[in-house]
Order: sequence, then C-alpha cells, then structure tokens
Amino acid sequence: MKVRLSLTVNDEVHDVLVPVEKTLLEVLREDLGLTGTKHGCELGECGTCTVLVDGEPVLSCLALPVELEGRRITTVEGLARDGVLHPLQVAFVELGAAQCGYCTPGMLLTAAALLDRVVHPSRQQIREALAGNLCRCTGYTKILDAVELAARRRRAAGAECAP
Amino acid sequence: MSPPDFSVIGRPLPRVDAWAKVTGDARYADDLVLPRMAYAKLLRSPHAHARIRGIDTARARALPGVYAVITGSDLPPVKFGILPVSQDEEALCRDKVRMVGDPVAAVAAVDEATAERACELIEVDYEPLPALMSIEQSLAHPEVRIHEYGDGPNVHKVVALQFGDVEAGFARADLVREDVFFYEGSTHLPLEQHAALAHWGPDGKLTLWTSTQTPHYVHRLLAKILDVPAAHIRVIAPAVGGGFGGKLDPFAHEIAACKLSQLTGRPVKIALTREEVFYVHRGRHPVLMWIKTGFTRQGDITACHLRTWLDGGAYGSYGVATTFYSGVINPVTYKIPVYRFEGARVFTNKPPCGPKRGHGTPQPRFALECQLDKAAEQLGLDPTEMRRRIAVEPFTKTANHLTVTTVGLVECIDRVVEASGWRRKWRGWRRDRTGEGPRRRGIGFACSAYLTGAGTAIYWNQMPHSGVVLRADRSGGVTIQCGATDIGQGSDSILAYLPAEILGIDPKDVHVQAADTSLAPVDLGSYSSRVTLMCGMAAIQAAERLKAVLAKAVAQKLEVGPGALVFRDRKVGVPGDWERAVSFSEAVELAESTYGVLAFAGSYAPPRRAGRYKGAGVGPSPCYSYTACVVELSVDEETGEVELHDVWVAHDVGRALNPLLVEGQVEGSVYMGIGEALMEAQVFRKGLHKTPSMLDYKSPTTLETPEIHTLLVETDDPEGPFGAKEAGQGPLLPVVPAIANAIYDAVGVRVDEVPIGPEKILRGLDLRRRGQPARVGPERVPAFRFREPLVVESAFGQPAEAVVARPFADPGVAGGRGA
Repeated sequence: MKVRLSLTVNDEVHDVLVPVEKTLLEVLREDLGLTGTKHGCELGECGTCTVLVDGEPVLSCLALPVELEGRRITTVEGLARDGVLHPLQVAFVELGAAQCGYCTPGMLLTAAALLDRVVHPSRQQIREALAGNLCRCTGYTKILDAVELAARRRRAAGAECAP
Repeated sequence: MSPPDFSVIGRPLPRVDAWAKVTGDARYADDLVLPRMAYAKLLRSPHAHARIRGIDTARARALPGVYAVITGSDLPPVKFGILPVSQDEEALCRDKVRMVGDPVAAVAAVDEATAERACELIEVDYEPLPALMSIEQSLAHPEVRIHEYGDGPNVHKVVALQFGDVEAGFARADLVREDVFFYEGSTHLPLEQHAALAHWGPDGKLTLWTSTQTPHYVHRLLAKILDVPAAHIRVIAPAVGGGFGGKLDPFAHEIAACKLSQLTGRPVKIALTREEVFYVHRGRHPVLMWIKTGFTRQGDITACHLRTWLDGGAYGSYGVATTFYSGVINPVTYKIPVYRFEGARVFTNKPPCGPKRGHGTPQPRFALECQLDKAAEQLGLDPTEMRRRIAVEPFTKTANHLTVTTVGLVECIDRVVEASGWRRKWRGWRRDRTGEGPRRRGIGFACSAYLTGAGTAIYWNQMPHSGVVLRADRSGGVTIQCGATDIGQGSDSILAYLPAEILGIDPKDVHVQAADTSLAPVDLGSYSSRVTLMCGMAAIQAAERLKAVLAKAVAQKLEVGPGALVFRDRKVGVPGDWERAVSFSEAVELAESTYGVLAFAGSYAPPRRAGRYKGAGVGPSPCYSYTACVVELSVDEETGEVELHDVWVAHDVGRALNPLLVEGQVEGSVYMGIGEALMEAQVFRKGLHKTPSMLDYKSPTTLETPEIHTLLVETDDPEGPFGAKEAGQGPLLPVVPAIANAIYDAVGVRVDEVPIGPEKILRGLDLRRRGQPARVGPERVPAFRFREPLVVESAFGQPAEAVVARPFADPGVAGGRGA
C-alpha cells in the first residue's frame, strides 16, 4: 500500500508517494535523491544513517516517514547554511576527521545535535554522544578532536555576538 | 622535522576530497543511479558443504517484475581466483557449495524487493556433505575433500624454508623457549557494504562501478570470467567506504551484475546486505602458532623457528601470500641470525580468509612479541631495553634475504618509553601486588615492522606497478591520471600533493582522475601499503619531466640557465630576480608553444632484489616501516574486564608527507588492533556464522577506544617519495601483543590467544589462585608433518646493496627526492 506524504527535509517540503513500509533512509536516498545519508546495516546497529528529526538524532533505517509528517528532518545536505559550512564540517575538513567518509554524515549530525544541546561538552560527553556511531577508519581520535574544535569555535563566535 | 623549503610536503593540509565527504557530495557505488536501472540479488547457500543436484528457476522467472535469472550454467565454465595459483572460485556455484553464503543464483528485477522474492522462489536441490569447520577436522577427514587441488587433502599450501643452521643457533643459546599461540579470525567490517553497478552497453562494452580496492585486478579477471576482451571492459572505483583488505578480490556480486546487465540490456545495481558482507569476508586468518626461540643471557636472539597453521576457509583468495606472510616478515624487526619457518593453510567450510590490514603478519607478531616478553622476564631484562638491543641494523639483509634500508625502531622505542613514562610506571617483573584493589593497572610493550608495498605483482610481469599521466593545461591547472584507488587512506590527496610540491602550485590546482581503468595508467591497487610509495614515485617522475620542459621554456624567455629556476607560489623564476618570474600558467603557455601538448608519464616498479630461492617473491619491499607501542590499562580482577587508558605509538614513516593523514592511519590502525586484541572474532557454530551483524560482532566504539598518542619518526628513506614509508598497516601490529603484555603486567595472567575476553582472564586468575601456571591458550598443535624445508644460507647481517637501479627510473635523477 502506498501513501502520499508531505515531508519537510532541510527546510524544503517534498510530496512523495511511497509504500507505507518504506524507511526514511530509503525515501531520502531513492525518492529525494539525498544520497548523503548512508546505510551501513539497515538494522539500527551502526549509526551510519543518522539524521536529525526536530534536532534529535534518529536512525533513518528504523524510522518510517509515515510517522514524520510535519517534523523537521535534517540530513547532511542540510547542515551547511546559505553556502556556509557548519563549524563541525569545517573542523572535520581541517583535522582530517573523515577518511573513507562513509560514517561522516552520521557522525556530523549526531555531533551537531550534541553541540546544540551542550555548549561546552567534555571529551567524555562527546564519546558518549557518538557511542552509537561506528567508524572503522579513524580510531575516533580526530573525530573527537574535531567536535571539540567546533564546540570551541562556536563558543568563541557566541561570545562575540553576546552583548 | 620537514625542511622549511617545502610548501606542501609535511604540512597538515586537508584531504582533497574532504569537502565532498563532509557535505554528502562524495559518491559511493550504491549512490549511483542510471536510467532504466534494474536491481539484483544473489541467492546464497544455507549449507556449509553440499552437492548441488539441481536448480529450478522457473517460478522465479515467472514472477512479475523479474527481468532475468541466472545460475552458474549461464556463465563461462571457468574458475577464477585473485592469485594465478589458486583458481578455485565460481561466481555462481555449479556443482557444489563450500560454505554458508556461497552464491548459487542471481536475479535482476524491477526493484530490490522483487529480486529478493524471486530468490526465495528458486528451488535448489542440495545433497549435504560433512562440513569441516576447523583445521583439526579438515586434517582428520582427508576422505572429505573441500577442493581437489593443493598440497595435500584439504591442505591448500605448505611452505617450509630454513635459513642457516637453526639447531646450532639453539645449541649456543642460554635460554630456549617454546610457546604456542592462537590468533582468532576477524573481519574488516568496512562501514560501506560492497555495491556494484554494471552497464553492458549496446556497443558490447562493459562498464562496472564497484566498491573495490583494486580496479585493475577486477578488470583483468572480469575478462577471463566473462570471456570478453579486456579492451572492452572499464572498471571504475568511485569513492570507497573503507576496505582494509575486504574489497581486494573479484566478487560474485560484481560478476552477476555484469552478466545480468548483458542479458537484460539494462544497467544493473547490486548492493550487499551487512550479513552478506560477513560471508564475503576475506578477513584475518585464524592462525595457530608454535614458536621456538633461543636467547643469550643478554637477550640476543640466537635462532628462531616458527610454525603456523592457517584456517583458510573455503577458497584460496590471497591465502598463498598470507601463508608466506605469516612467517617471512618477523626477521625484519630484530636481529635473527638463523631462521626456520613452516606454514600450512588448510581449507575449511567457512567464508574464505584473505588479506586484512597487516596481511598475515599480526598473528606471528603477537606470538613473537609475547614470547619476547616471557623471555625478558626469565632473563630479568627490561622488555623495552631488550628490544632496543636486538633491533635490526639499517641497510642490512635479514636471514631470509630481505633488504632493509632505514630503520627508525630504536628511536621509536625511545620515543614511546619517554612519552608513556615507562621507566616510572613499569615496576619490574617481580612486583608486589599486595595491597592493590581489584582493579589492577598494567603497562605493556611491543614493536613491529611492515612492508611498504609488495615487491612483486600478483601476476608475474615486468611492467610498472604504478603509473601516472600528468598533463598541464593553459589554465595553469594540472591533471593527473592514475589507477590508484582512494579507500579513505588519502591516495588521491598524495597524487595532488606531490606534483603541487614539485611544480610550485597549490594542491587545489591539481585535478585527480584516479581508479578508472580506461582513463588512467595501471596502479595495482590499494593493498600491501604500496600506494603512497609507488604512485607517489610515479607522480614525482612525471612532475619532474613536466618541470624540466617548463624550465627550458622559461629559461629561454628569461635568458637564464634552466637550473637557476625555482618553481614556487604558482610562479617560475630566479630567486634573486623574482620580479621577472613568470606565472605558472604562462610557463605552460611558453612550453606548449614550443613543444606542443604537455603530457608526461611516470612509471614505478620496485627495485628487483628478491633472494634467489623458491618462495623469495613474498616479503621483499622497497623499504619497511617500524613501530613501537606502549599500552596502559586496568584489569578488573572480579569481572575480568579490561579498560584501556592510553596507547602511545611511535611510527617510523620515513617522512610524513601530510602529518594529519599519517596520524589518521596510525590511529585507525591502533583502533583496529584494539578490536582484534579484545573483542573481534569471526567464529562459527554448527556451520553457521555466530555473529553476522554489527551488533553481535563486537567492535570498539568511542567508549572502548582510549586516547591514542601518535609520535611520528622520520628517517628519510632513499626508496620512498620524499623519503616516505608506509603508515596504514604497520601500526596495528604491536598493539595486540602490547595489550596482552600489559594484561600480564596487571594481573600476572598470560593469555596466549586473542581476542582476550573477560572469561579468559578470569580462567587465568582462577588457575593462579589454585597455584597452577596462570596461562590461558592453546595446549597443542595439529598432528601435521611439514615436508623437509628448503635450506638456504642465511643472509643475516650482509650489507644492503647501495640503492639499486629501479626499473623505469630516469638516469641521474634522485627519484625519491624531487629536484
């Protein structure tokens, strides 16, 4: 059975007609062409397909679009704003936190949700936030470093803006 | 460390593909879509060993939405394998399946779900055969044959080599130890599941986009398997989501996609599930090892004799090479004057093992380094000082005739000893444990060496191992084409950095076109830590050739000698007269006006200096990297749990072309070693994989991975591009034994097999409490008689030849240095 849905992804509204059992991961990749969201297991085990729903990390391989109408979905394609990369993206580039790059979108989105919640995360808090996102290339070291760097820069930018 | 006159080399620049990878713009095989594309699925065997009596595909063919169904009889009747000596695989099994997961049929359909339903409608009539699931079972049942070839019933390969008089070496030893170790198998677990997209065009030409580490070998083998001229096949590796050795063979899904594309007249995509990736495997061999080593009182090694038994799984894959690698690299690290090595690879009804990061060498490394620790204790030596004393000498030969160039091992040892506070933290062999709580802290140490690229290709030939074409255009941009495949290690970036350094331009000015068999000259593939050195040397040669022509043209205009010119900041000129320097793009225009199109090739093949004995082809490398590692951890005596605190690793990389990328390789290697030491295991029960999912197959998360402190040591090797050696595999090797040695330091338990789970530590603690030797590990070795070894004189300590001429090198040009 197919259902007609209206999904808000990266601030754009998309009307799709999809089988009711089709996962958010599949709809994003196959119906919306947002292939930046990767799949590593399709069983909710690796964190690779993480997207944000209303700012919270969600495993898109386990999420059903039929439940997500009216919710704000963010994929890696929506992290940069007005052509400016998110501080996390800049830090990942500068510190070499992406090697094969396959876990990177999920890592970025999980970390983005953390930084929105916690201004000054400790390394242990970052470790805990990213514990559900597997990476086989980096040993996590540069990823943790990059999240710390992005958090520092955001704080510095916030301090500049503060009255 | 790097001389200040480099503008690119030694700097922590971003990878050239970094922006694409942080924005979702990087395209992996499964991201590709073509019009009219069909989706394919494989039907795999549920039996570990069975004869196929018949396959009925009628119901699957009748399913609406199905475009084609194929079985083995639809493919040319040839067997294939990555190594010419092990041609034992079929894309779709015809007569027999040899493991759970062996493919028997493939379907192309309108979508994946339809293809999957069609697979379920295929009826295969199997006659189950006894499944041989261990080395012991396979050797004990010669009447059950997994394959009809090899060095004995169910024995794929036997190696037996001896270098010098080993018995005399043992006779003069003050201490001779014999130990038995076991190293469990593990899998690569790349985050990207293998995927392929095949398009067999109406012109009869085939294009395959596939997640592979070696487009060239896939290209060659597809021609054979599909019986199509290689000239009509193009293989492209798009962005690859991790490999670690798991994407180095030609695979059934690639072949099926090609054939289905031909039959349906449509592009066909196939993407493996995570469970299928566990069956594809080609991962770490489980290896049982017996090692006997003689020592003097001072800790010098007098002789070493190593025996390895490898559980190869159902097919050959790279296994012949693995068998050699399980013995031939150990003498590269320490002074081992005489050496004997025997290895046997045995077929079992499990997914085939192959090359995983470190290919065949982490297992004997674990055995040797743990044994050295035990010997150091018996001799009352500090284990770091003992290793320091026996470190191999630079520019010498090993017992087994391998040529060693630069050796940074002593510096690596000194650096980790210093950084970790070893002298303060290591409390000697007879430390008093009374008064310590249930959480015991321990510190452990180990070293290693690894090759920087295999000295010989997989198929015998005299051609370059890596080639590039470099073309300058009037925009001031440079395009470099090379078959090298970036699997995350950063080879595309290396291909941009080196020409940029030599030509004085920005890496962003270099366009990299890689991993495409039609577009680029051959590079053999991303394995054996060969890519930076080999494609790097080829890139340097091409860039120097281009630079020479540009210099001639600019020299004429400026009326100076070409030798006076400097290429820097996108300009070419004389340092004392920089105002007259011409822009790089003008230099290109000047040269192109005189010489025509500016396209230059670069070729690299390793120096030919293998020993002169049968079997000498595995082990030689242009140069070897060295690593030393200290691990600090705690063991909970009540639960047996291990918590890692810190890992210090010093790695002799020759020169860090980009320290960020090198650190990333080191950190990733350390992480993977941690997984193998403590948790990762590809194991089976009743013929079935016990953990074919990412949840059940345990791998380290951010919470289990400790702080990794990377120290880079530069030795400026004459064989490497700007002196660089490998970094992607070697740093894994010492981590595993360093963890085992640290666990012993913490709780006095020797666990001589990995992974070291809590249950093994608790068993050891229980033995200790009962007053028995606190050692957990294999008790015996298989009943297997090795044939008499080939006896060769030891070349130990002989001086290395002065840098030998490399094939294709330009006379008078110091190839590794740039100008």
